[in-house]
This record gives sequence, structure tokens and C-alpha cells, in this order.
Amino acid sequence: MEPLEIAKKVRDRYPSEFIEAYEHRSQVGIVVKKDRIVEILRWLHDDPALQMNHLADLCGVDYLNKKKVRFEVVYNLYSIPQRHRLRVRAQVPENDCQINSVTEIWMGANWHERECFDLFGITFNNHPDLRRVLLPDEWEGHPLRKDYPLDGGGKRWSGYEEVVEKSKKLREYDFYGLYQDPTKKAGQKDARE
Amino acid sequence: MPENRVESKGIVKEDIAYEPYTIAMGPQHPATHGVLKLNLELDGETVLKCTPHVGFLHRGVEKLAENLSYAQTLPLSDRLDYIASMANNVAYSIAVERLLGIEVPVRAKYIRTIVMEMARLTGHLLWLATHALDIGAMTVFLYCFRERENLLDMFEEIIGARLTTSYTCIGGVRQDITGHFLESLYAFTEDFPSKIAEYETLIDKNRIWLKRTQGVGIVTAEEAVSLGLTGPTLRGSGVDYDVRKHMPYDAYPYVDFEVPIGSKGDVYDRYRCRMEEMHQSNSIIRQCIEAMPPGPIRAEDAPDLVMPYGVQKEVAADATFSSGVIKLVKDRHRYMDGDVYVAAEVPKGELGFYFVSDGRGVPYRMHIRAPSFIHIAALSFLCKGQMVADVIAVIGSVDVVLGECDR
Repeated sequence: MEPLEIAKKVRDRYPSEFIEAYEHRSQVGIVVKKDRIVEILRWLHDDPALQMNHLADLCGVDYLNKKKVRFEVVYNLYSIPQRHRLRVRAQVPENDCQINSVTEIWMGANWHERECFDLFGITFNNHPDLRRVLLPDEWEGHPLRKDYPLDGGGKRWSGYEEVVEKSKKLREYDFYGLYQDPTKKAGQKDARE
Repeated sequence: MPENRVESKGIVKEDIAYEPYTIAMGPQHPATHGVLKLNLELDGETVLKCTPHVGFLHRGVEKLAENLSYAQTLPLSDRLDYIASMANNVAYSIAVERLLGIEVPVRAKYIRTIVMEMARLTGHLLWLATHALDIGAMTVFLYCFRERENLLDMFEEIIGARLTTSYTCIGGVRQDITGHFLESLYAFTEDFPSKIAEYETLIDKNRIWLKRTQGVGIVTAEEAVSLGLTGPTLRGSGVDYDVRKHMPYDAYPYVDFEVPIGSKGDVYDRYRCRMEEMHQSNSIIRQCIEAMPPGPIRAEDAPDLVMPYGVQKEVAADATFSSGVIKLVKDRHRYMDGDVYVAAEVPKGELGFYFVSDGRGVPYRMHIRAPSFIHIAALSFLCKGQMVADVIAVIGSVDVVLGECDR
């Protein structure tokens, strides 16, 4: 099926959720509101004429000072049996930075959503295991937001001191303490010392 | 207190209650192919729960790309899947070309297809070597590295680098290939099927190999698609999905090849898929060499991207500094707004790039769909109910690289 036809079908079925459809470099995308995103994607996944069974990619985009709604979560869908492609972009405003999880539809969305939470701070409701995935758990801030400076803003990771202390301790470890030289007489000093 | 703990997370077998045993496998474990950490919860030797931890190699490539021009980001793509970096270069280049609307000359397309298939061979050879080594077949490791060395020598001949090649550029390839390279590569392809037969004599019907791989790590077709697996890992389950066939790029529409698929979806079927793929790659390389057309190797409408510093110098020489800068800035404003998602079939699976452009010379947002990231996420599903020794076989069979996963 032509991707623009699918976009039309989505518009006819969910007129209140649909915002716009566009085509760029012969790839078609639709922009929708976030509230019924699971319903829309489940329909795209289950409908026998569409069968969007492959979630190729899920990522967030930060449009700080560029668009009215700051964040977008982008789903790149592909149908392996039908061989068509559609991009669904769900708008997520900054003051309500959460969206429903699609892990019930695609198991593979699990880590995609964790990554999006990690790097953008978008919360996914009903997610089975929403933790940071690439960064340490104690990390402050979300690096892929546009207001996060490239050098990290001079702040250090809170676990940094701990790692430095640990490495210092290991450097001072007495490797010879446990070893007793059988040739050495009692009271004689070791040549190493 | 201890009794409560047993009730909450223990297992009751033959009226004896005991706790599962937890071990951390990695990050310094030779069989995890990099810095992958798995927390295994065990009942005896059976895995109850497997929790992968990644991110030890996170370098923030996506954040860096937002501050570099399109041409400057290309060397970063080498560092994703560092054992087959040519394939990443091609995947990155086709994505940027689609975004900016650049058409690549035919000769460059054929060259890219050749290097991509060579990268697939290097990737699969290293996979076979380490996978067999993990399971216990030492000899295969030495045999595979013998042929991989030949391929890396050929990479060195065309670009001067062996691992981090950065061979392609936006709109073509950086350097033309020579007749000597084509001759030596053709001689290699004539020889290579007999080498694959050598590997197969060692392990294909080996009883130990069969016992370690058949019926281990089974994933059905529906589950594999739902998990987002791609590449030979998906095709081992019997799903016919190959980006080279579904969304052809470069010279793949002009060559004739088959996509091998498995049936059971166990470790052995994935192994067979990759072995057959090596035969197909060999045949694609031969076809490309035979049909190699003459002509230019770079698109003419991408000058700024090919040689960013050269163009800057030219502008600055015939103008004052300020006007030169203005000219450059204007030059960089010519791209269209919009977003594209373009994928390519790399040895590990589907490597996709999602670009959002706001018209400047740097991407507004670049997201890398790394196959290894998805495959490691699937490990907790694949390893459940397996033995500890089979976890090693499963990790090897999904073929992960941590540089790509952590980005």
C-alpha cells in the first residue's frame, strides 16, 4: 500500500488525534497527538492490510525553541510482509513529559524506550523496567536535550570521586605483604625495601 | 526474616526452598565480545533471569554529531562496529545522500558494494572465529584469521587503513580502486569457497558442535520480529527480511543473489545462515568486479561535503575574511528541512540512521539504530531457561559488538 494512503486511513480513523502528514525524499510521516498513541500503533500493527510488524526505530527529538511542542517521539515502522514504511511522530509537551509505552505491541521497544528516557528524560508509562541504560543510574540531566551543554557543563558524575578513591587504594595495595620469602632469614630486611 | 526472603523470590522444588544464585558475567569476560555485563540469576545451572548491562563504552556519538558537519561525523561511524567499519561508512553515506538529495555515480556504487561485501566477510569471519573459540573449537579461529588478514590487506591497499577505514565520503568514495586490487580480490574470491568448505569440515558435522548449537536459544519467527531482531539472527528464524532486497541501495539492484533463511531459529540455524551468506557475498563481489563500469567516483554536487577545508581556503583567498565567512554560511544554508530514516544491511543486521535536518550544515538530530543494541536487549529473552554454558553460545550466535551498542 502507498504510504500516503496509510496516512489518509489514519486521518479518517483518528481525526481528533491526527495533526499533519508530510512527505520528504519519498518517505511519508504523520504527526499525531500522544494521548492515544498505543491505540493507533496497535491498529497499524494488527490491521491485516497494514501489518506494521517491524519497529525499525524509536527515538526522541528535542525541538527546543523551534516548535511549540518541545519533544517528539518518533516511531519508524516497517511492514515485512507488505513492504511499506511509515513514520509516526508523537508530540510530547515539556510540561507533560510522558507517553504511554508500546512494549505490549513490540517487545523490542523496551530498550529503545529506556534509551529515550535516559537521554531525553521522557517518561514511558506502563514500561516494565524503566531505568537508565547507557548512562550510570546516578547521572544528572539528560544529555541529548538541546539545553545540555556539549562538555557537560563542568559538572562531574557523582560516582567519579568514588572511582578515583578506589583506584588510589588499589595502587597502595601491598602485593608483597602476603608473600614470605623462604630464603630470607628472620629479621633480615628485604632488598626491595 | 530469611524465610520471608525465600518466599518472595525463591523456588520450591521437592519441598526444599532455596534461593536463586546470582553471578555477574563480565564486563571483563572473554566470551562477551567486549564490555558486556550480564547479571545471571541461576537455579543450579539453569538461568532464571538474565539482565544485560551496557554503556561502558558510551561516547555520545549522537551528541557529537549534532556539533559536527556531515563529513566530519563520518569517521565516527568507523567506531561503531569496528570490525566491519566499511559497512558503517556506506550506511552513513547513503543516509546523508538521501537526506541531501545527492545522486552517486555508478562506479562509486559498485565500489561501495564491493567494500560492503568485503566488510561482511571480515565481520562474519571474525564472528565465526570467536563463536567457535567460545564453544571450544580453537582451530577455526586460526583458519578464519588467515582469510581475514587477506581482506584487511586489501583494505590497506585501497585506503591505507585496515580497521577504521573512513573510505566512503558523502557522494561517492574517497579514492578510486586500482586494477591490481581488483585482480587480487578476484583471485581471492576464486579461492574463498574452498576455504569456507575447510571451516565446514571442521565444525559443520562435528558432534560436539551440533550438541552445543542445535536446539539452543530458540526464538520463533513472531517473537524474533517482535523483539526487533534483524540480519542473520532474524533470518535464522525463517523470516525473509533483508534490507538489501527490501530497500535496495547502491549496486544491489543490479546483482543477483539469494537471501539464505533458516527454519528452527536456534544457534545452529543462525550459524548456517551466516555461512551461506559468505557464499553469497563472494558471488556478489565477483559480479561487481565483472560489471565494474568506468567513470567518476564522486558526485559533483557535493563539493562542500567532500573537501570542507579545501573549499574554505578557496573562498578565503579571493575575498576578505568577513565576506568569505558569509559566503560559507550561505553555502551551508542550501539543504532542505526534513527527516529521513535510511537503513543498510551490515554484518550484524539493520543499521539505520535517522536524520533530522533544519537546513544547516550540521544535523539537527542524528539517531543510530544499532542492531547490536537491540540484540543485547533480546538476550534476556533468549537466555531464559538455558544452561550457563549455552549463554555463551547464544551471545555468539546473535553476534554483538559493544562499540555499536553503546555508541
